[in-house]
Amino acid sequence: MSLHIQNLHATLEDGTEILKGVTLEIPKGEVHAIMGPNGSGKSTLSKVIAGHEGYVVTGGAVTIDEEDIAEMSIDERSRAGIFLAFQYPSEVPGVSNANFIRAALQARLPKGEEIDAVAYYKSLYAKMDILEMDRKFTGRAVNEGFSGGEKKRNEILQMMMLEPKYCILDETDSGLDIDALKIVAKGVNAMRSPDRGMLLITHYQRLLDYIKPDHVHVMAEGRIVRSGGPELALELEKDGYEFLKEAALA
Amino acid sequence: MTTTLPNWFTARQEAAQKRYEATPAPKRGDETWRFSNLKQLDFAGFVRGADVSSANTADIVARSTGIEKTAAKFVFANDTLIHSETNIPAGVIALPLSEALVSHPELVEKHFMRQETRLGSAKFAAWHEAMVSNGLFVHTGDNVEIEDPIEVHHWISGQNTVIFPHTLVVTGTSSKVRVIDIFRSSDDITPGLAIAFNDLCAGKNSQLDYVAVQALNEVTRIIQIHETATARDASAKGFILNTGASWARNECLSRLEGPGSRSDMLSVSIPAREQEYDQRTFQHHVSEGAYSDLLFKNSLYDNSKTIFSGLIFVDEGAHHTDAYQTCRNLMMSDTCEANSMPGLEINADQVKCSHGSTSSQIHDDEIFYLRARGIDPVRARQLIARGFSVEVVERLAHEATEELVLRFVDDKFAHIAGGGA
Repeated sequence: MSLHIQNLHATLEDGTEILKGVTLEIPKGEVHAIMGPNGSGKSTLSKVIAGHEGYVVTGGAVTIDEEDIAEMSIDERSRAGIFLAFQYPSEVPGVSNANFIRAALQARLPKGEEIDAVAYYKSLYAKMDILEMDRKFTGRAVNEGFSGGEKKRNEILQMMMLEPKYCILDETDSGLDIDALKIVAKGVNAMRSPDRGMLLITHYQRLLDYIKPDHVHVMAEGRIVRSGGPELALELEKDGYEFLKEAALA
Repeated sequence: MTTTLPNWFTARQEAAQKRYEATPAPKRGDETWRFSNLKQLDFAGFVRGADVSSANTADIVARSTGIEKTAAKFVFANDTLIHSETNIPAGVIALPLSEALVSHPELVEKHFMRQETRLGSAKFAAWHEAMVSNGLFVHTGDNVEIEDPIEVHHWISGQNTVIFPHTLVVTGTSSKVRVIDIFRSSDDITPGLAIAFNDLCAGKNSQLDYVAVQALNEVTRIIQIHETATARDASAKGFILNTGASWARNECLSRLEGPGSRSDMLSVSIPAREQEYDQRTFQHHVSEGAYSDLLFKNSLYDNSKTIFSGLIFVDEGAHHTDAYQTCRNLMMSDTCEANSMPGLEINADQVKCSHGSTSSQIHDDEIFYLRARGIDPVRARQLIARGFSVEVVERLAHEATEELVLRFVDDKFAHIAGGGA
């Protein structure tokens, strides 16, 4: 049981190739991290898995628990268990956070079935407490006027409420001070489970001090170029991505 | 008790009839009808409705659901009162206009249609004045606060029926009242017409909130003229929701007559298919030191069309005016059409004014975000459009009223999603 990316190729609509054969398997119960320099295709990978329509998959496949998701729309993928925590979450004016998350949960229910409002709020508040979010965030419009840290916490709140099978966190640590980072990490760690796989995309080793990955991968120019254990992140932190240039020269 | 209408009223109706006949119909080239579809002004064949049968009356009353707790509730069908319940406190008059004309003729005369209709519909205002027979008259004494809203349902029933509903609200010093008018048709297929007029006279330091919900069927047309005057330190809030009618024309005039007074002019319109909404507004700053804020939002679907023409006019001597005007259009299709003509004329000093209009579509990134949470694209667009409207609805700052308005908003979105006509 895994999120399995096999030789994935994807281009922009203008034909520019961004992903040039990515292969990666994230079994349930494991946390993987992808690191890499700017422009290596990390964020694109996350969006392509989520089904963003601005990219064209030109080769390869993504499966979750052996099911090919190629034909699934963005929302079908989400309902099938994929969750993308956005680097830059959108603002949705006039839609309260509580109603937004409720609509997302409602979308997972069979037609005619309604969410139990009391149980819903109980669950929402319990998760907000873990993320140290004030109750006022339930009534505020989604991400509108939120600070960078509040937006990221809100992403984790949604993840906790939707209980996906596979979570992809795109630069969730960017723009967070150390206290906010610890809180976000607490939420992510609370979600670690033998029934869930996670992929962290990050620039910085710092995040991995708080969320310990099982495997670390380096992405460059649209491919995974190195894989290793958690020590690889420390190595990258120390030596940077110079080895990529050396590898290119060799 | 006499039931004779006062002489002043019958005289004014006769004069209005002559004025109606003498006033030419709007024509191409009239600035106040720019971009308008003048074909919509052919009202030939419409007649005042017959009384509704008792079976239909019961049905209409049963369907006249609004908010749970009201200070008074009136149901009119074809301008005839068919149901009322009141729990009005002492010091307040809240009566059908037909009764108020008989029981409080001087009071009605003092305030009845005192402002000149200047946004294009002078002819139709005259027609209304000549024909009006009913509606609501509210008059509050000083220092009276009515906690719950007064709710009025206006139904049109029967083929080619025209109604002339009138709402006149006068607030005494430091009093507070909220009135809700709901306009509906008794069925979905019978053409009707409403020539409606509401007059809000906010007395000193009073707070007058008014909501008009227009949810007529889509073969009915309506002209609604909204006139508001604010005395010193008064606050008037007018909100219009347009979800129904094939064609609706709103003319909203606020006269800020007293220093420290405030007028909030709010509107949400959600036209779809071939619906056309034509809105003209005028923020008239007569007094110095007053505040007006207009926010109109339209979500346009299918081949629908909106026109917004707004003017902030600051009189000589109306110094220290704060006046704002914003019209926002959310274009939900490639074939809808939004026309905006914001305007400003300032004849005083030390004035803060802004006006603007925007038209935009939902950004792909917003849709992607909602879909990435499992929400299907139709529902995602609907949530965003609803949120766009909610921002105005929240300005009502009264939970039960907001819920009522959102019920009609949600009905409309469900109707759009269902593709129903």
